[in-house]
Amino acid sequence: MSRGTENVSGQGAEAGADASRLRKEFGRTKVREMREFRGEHTVVVKLGALQEVLSHCRLALRYDFLLDISSVDNMGEDPRFEIVYELATVDDRKHLRIKAPVAEGEEVVSVVDLWKTANWHEREVYDMMGLRFTGHPNLKRILMWEGYPYHPLRKEFPLAGKPSEMPDVAFSGIAPLEGGPFVTSPGSDRVSGEPRAKGES
Amino acid sequence: MSAGTADTTLSHAAYDSKVEGNIIFTRLDAAINWMRKNSLWPMPMGLACCAIELMATGAARFDISRFGAEVMRFSPRQADVMIVSGTVTYKMALAVRRIWEQMPDPKWCIAMGACASSGGMYRSYAVLQGIDKLLPVDVYISGCPPRPEALLEGLMKLQRIIEGEKPIEEQIAGIREAQG
Ligand code: SF4
Repeated sequence: MSRGTENVSGQGAEAGADASRLRKEFGRTKVREMREFRGEHTVVVKLGALQEVLSHCRLALRYDFLLDISSVDNMGEDPRFEIVYELATVDDRKHLRIKAPVAEGEEVVSVVDLWKTANWHEREVYDMMGLRFTGHPNLKRILMWEGYPYHPLRKEFPLAGKPSEMPDVAFSGIAPLEGGPFVTSPGSDRVSGEPRAKGES
Repeated sequence: MSAGTADTTLSHAAYDSKVEGNIIFTRLDAAINWMRKNSLWPMPMGLACCAIELMATGAARFDISRFGAEVMRFSPRQADVMIVSGTVTYKMALAVRRIWEQMPDPKWCIAMGACASSGGMYRSYAVLQGIDKLLPVDVYISGCPPRPEALLEGLMKLQRIIEGEKPIEEQIAGIREAQG
């Protein structure tokens, strides 16, 4: 649809200008990398500069809408984790992605004071990936039960889960995967592309 | 059928109009079971997509009130049968268990659908693999989701289970045992 593509390129242009503004404002040591992929702009910043960059985005560049905070586990690399902020405006004019590498044991500064919605997003990142946020008002699990000992989105954690036991509160077990998970294969013909067990339970 | 037989169901013949105008002869167990099975108030534990079918069962087309179970109670203290319809995550399992504990005896449980019965297609760290790991289930209903007819069939199965119970007899036996 023509409106859709216009919208995307318009978003891209504005966000690209904002990315260059960030570079100019904070310099190469803090804003390490600027990427563009299909009209989407990503800015990679140093973890230590995250707070200033994000508050600049919120206050000066007027990104008043935090769409999401997510995290990536690049197991085997150093720094191992990456935290990703999806910034946007309420009128959907522009969309900017901010990333920062996080080493194991490092804490990320909380942005609850900039966007209230960060509260639950950060709790989810903490619950699933185990990254901790300094200055978060209520950093506890949000999806798994309080007292669960693992962070299940980490790469070393099996899909089937691990047994855990908290006497008189809760337990968890290993789900029977029977050879699964069953996943489709892309690219090939219909029959060979059907969901099949890859034997990695 | 006379009152003296071991039959626990209430039959029309137990009412002897020639002898008594307003008195029914039956066994206490049979009368209690008859009352219980025809006024099962469900606790709708709707946790995922199966709950939509549960709602359909309650609505006009399938009309669960034909079986006396239309009084969905959102307070566990007034409910008799918990219908667990949906995916039970470990986090929600704590609440399900708690609500089950809050239901007064006698109580029954229907595990509706693949998820509640066995975890269904959610073979993952987050999902309890069957609610029977936490509470005693009386009837399992297969399907993903089961059709409303299946839920009604499950309810009728549960009614048959209740018919066979001997609440007073067991209570008396319990008292006798306690007295030695
Ligand atoms: S059994 Fe199927 S329909 Fe029912 S809750 Fe599970 S996934 Fe949904």
